[in-house]
Amino acid sequence: MSELPNILFYVFAALAVIFAIMVVANPFSRSPVTSAMFLVLTMACLAGLFTLLHAFFLAAVQILVYAGAVMVLFLFVIMLLDLQEEQRRKIKSLGFVAGLVSVGSVLAIFIRSLLIVKPGEGTIASIEGSTVELGRLLFTKYLLPFEIVSILLLVAMVGVILLSKKDLK
Amino acid sequence: MTIGLEHYLVVSAILFALGLFGVIIRRNVLVIYMSLELMLNAANLALVAFSRFNNNLDGQVMVFFIITVAAAEVAVGLALIVALFRRKQTTHVEDLATLKF
Repeated sequence: MSELPNILFYVFAALAVIFAIMVVANPFSRSPVTSAMFLVLTMACLAGLFTLLHAFFLAAVQILVYAGAVMVLFLFVIMLLDLQEEQRRKIKSLGFVAGLVSVGSVLAIFIRSLLIVKPGEGTIASIEGSTVELGRLLFTKYLLPFEIVSILLLVAMVGVILLSKKDLK
Repeated sequence: MTIGLEHYLVVSAILFALGLFGVIIRRNVLVIYMSLELMLNAANLALVAFSRFNNNLDGQVMVFFIITVAAAEVAVGLALIVALFRRKQTTHVEDLATLKF
């Protein structure tokens, strides 16, 4: 029985990485719609990983906000813009190689620092990310950031309404 | 073999690198934006993993805030892209080089 979470971790992690590859470098399609659909699947796999980390509330929020709201917004904009000629342009091979080298070195730095520091040594997975605990923290210790975030959402809403006016000055 | 903090951090690092790769090589503003979202999600995964293994719930509150800010950011960014498309009729970054020196 204790083997199941480990197997699930590998399944979700592998699927998340494969879907992420399909988002950025899909060999079959260059269409933004395909990228968006694969991004939804990546978000779902990440929600699965959150569940394995016992962060149940965040897993639900991940599905609701990211896979739901944010990606619907993306798809709406893609459909609104009606892009056709985008697929024909090719990625420059020099840019591809340069991107591969720089990203590979960043990844090497990450993995190497992980191997040296070993942040997981001696730690024990103990915390339960229950909604009650998270909510209590949100309304006591993090009350001020919570209010600031609500102001931020208001500002973003006003900004979006202003930006989508017909005659943008 | 049990799954430790390192396993989650490696997945997070790979996802972040893939997002960065997408930002560098893709030329469509919308796909670049999706790659940015991927990077934010990789950071979220690292924060949740650290929170679970360090017995500290603050990381999860941080993820909550990141998700909220990302939603606001997506709304504003997509509005900008739509406004830009109305003016220039393109979402290709090489056609949007007016500010380039």
